[in-house]
Amino acid sequence: MTRLETAFTTKPIFMPYFPLGYPDLDMSIDVIEALARNGADLIEVGLSFSDPLADGPVIQHATQIALEKGITVKKSLEAVKELRRRGVDIPLILMGYYNPMLAYGLEKFVRDAREAGADGFIIPDLPAEESKEFEEAAGDLPLIQMLAPTTPPERMEMIARNAKGFIYLVSVTGITGERQSLAEGLGGLIAQVREHALQSVPVCVGFGISTPEQAKEVGRMADGVIVGSACVKMIGGSEKPVEAAREFARSFREVLR
Amino acid sequence: MTTLLPPKFGPYGGQFVPETLMPALIELEEAFVSARADIEFQREFNQLLASFVGRPTPLTYAKRLSEKLGGAQIYLKREDLAHTGAHKINNALGQALLVKRMGKRRIVAETGAGQHGVASATAAALLGLECVVYMGEVDIARQEPNVFRMKLLGAEVRPVSSGTKTLKDAINEAIRDWVTNVRDTHYLLGSALGPHPYPTMVREFQSVIGREAREQMLMEVGRLPDAVIACVGGGSNAIGVFSGFVNDEQVELIGVEAGGSGIETGRHAARFGDPSKGRVGVIHGTRTYVLQDEDGQIAETHSVSAGLDYAAVGPEHALLRDHERAFYTSATDEEALNAFQTLCHTEGIIPALESSHAVAEALKRAPKMRKDQVILVNLSGRGDKDLNTVIKELGKE
Repeated sequence: MTRLETAFTTKPIFMPYFPLGYPDLDMSIDVIEALARNGADLIEVGLSFSDPLADGPVIQHATQIALEKGITVKKSLEAVKELRRRGVDIPLILMGYYNPMLAYGLEKFVRDAREAGADGFIIPDLPAEESKEFEEAAGDLPLIQMLAPTTPPERMEMIARNAKGFIYLVSVTGITGERQSLAEGLGGLIAQVREHALQSVPVCVGFGISTPEQAKEVGRMADGVIVGSACVKMIGGSEKPVEAAREFARSFREVLR
Repeated sequence: MTTLLPPKFGPYGGQFVPETLMPALIELEEAFVSARADIEFQREFNQLLASFVGRPTPLTYAKRLSEKLGGAQIYLKREDLAHTGAHKINNALGQALLVKRMGKRRIVAETGAGQHGVASATAAALLGLECVVYMGEVDIARQEPNVFRMKLLGAEVRPVSSGTKTLKDAINEAIRDWVTNVRDTHYLLGSALGPHPYPTMVREFQSVIGREAREQMLMEVGRLPDAVIACVGGGSNAIGVFSGFVNDEQVELIGVEAGGSGIETGRHAARFGDPSKGRVGVIHGTRTYVLQDEDGQIAETHSVSAGLDYAAVGPEHALLRDHERAFYTSATDEEALNAFQTLCHTEGIIPALESSHAVAEALKRAPKMRKDQVILVNLSGRGDKDLNTVIKELGKE
């Protein structure tokens, strides 16, 4: 079993997102380690991009700071290697936009990511139509496909059929960021996706999930819960980010088991 | 998962957008393809171009300028005389009609110089649509008259303070709004950029420039031009005028990028002109030449003209360049300002700073050409909006 498959043996899984380089590189490595040691089952490790068009203000701000402090793809991959060196053994999925990967060179990027210990990729500006080039380079490392509330049923079926690793279901029509409440009709949407994905891969839900209560509710319906902006905001806004990360992971862990 | 029209121009173009937007792009392509084949839609569009925009725009012989330069005869395609003062209205009206056809009620648009924002606000007012225009704070400061114009036309102008606070960031915000409100909102993209079908659709709506210009050259001058020159930001006025001549192999097509303070200074927006920073990448949904750093972060750009101050170029231009069907060069801020003044003095026409880049190339070329040769310059917009900038820039000297 791969690390990714192992992670899904106990469901629902808790999957926080945190960008490397924020509030600075060393701190971000410590934060991700703390998330891993305190209940995260999988971590979406963020690579920064100057023009993150699927992200709301919290992640825009964090990745902007990471860039100002000098984060690069190369340093990000070295940080993943460092996390593995420290014994972090949960799956780490690299989440970033396409252009920095292209600039690094796709073959080289995938090779270095694999060598560093990454388990897959999420690329929000790479829909199914444009995935082929990357998937050919990625080989057996999965490119996680995303589905949205706007995805029509036939398209959903087609994407779910070819999905690898897990499906990332975007819960809201919109960009990343906290929401007061869960999207209306989310239960129906998850049920619909599960129907298509049942034979293939787990379904994880992200975008707009801010509180442990919301996570608990989503966790009853999905195989995994992804928390991005709330995680970045809580930890980034704290005087003691590592302690905040511990607390954050525990609070979600508790309600999801 | 197949598109109705080719989504790529050779290796360029494509649809690099979040999944949330893919269904909207599919719907848009369907609406565009069906509208294109619909005589009634074409009739309505052409009728608006005539009765509202004032098309055809004239072809003007720049007699004194040609004499002064002593070489090729220069003709100007007067998009500055189109309603709202630039070619942008052609595309804005075409897309706004599509919005009605799709049953959406709201449009969002980005704007750099403000011309596309004004055109979008105008089309929205004409057709009864709600309009929100995103504009970078830097551009709001340098294009103040257009901001007021948009507000008068009933649009909401939302300042963008993220990133470089210019066109690129305005596009980011417009896309974020679109992702959030895609069910009832259309993104009225103003250039031949972005994900398929935008580059094809925008070219089609702007192709009226090239069709008219070709016919006018034949009717009024009795021949085709030897060269067609247009400025290239995203590249919609250029692709519009080029489309009329692309099959006439003897006609040279020349695109002029913003050379800013000079290519060597690094402060420019010459995607093709600076191989150290301009490389093939993906931005705003399309694969094309993009100014970027070694790590793939989009570079800051600079141009005296807000409309050319953008890090990427329309994907079809990248292919035309590969095929050597079009050639791309650049004009610096200084050259553009000089051309701006020259056209004012010799022809009584105040060109937009964007269009002044095309005029600058004509000033360089014409003296090297014979008197029986002809240059067509696409004068994409008028310069009233730029007076503040020009006063400031000339005051420096």
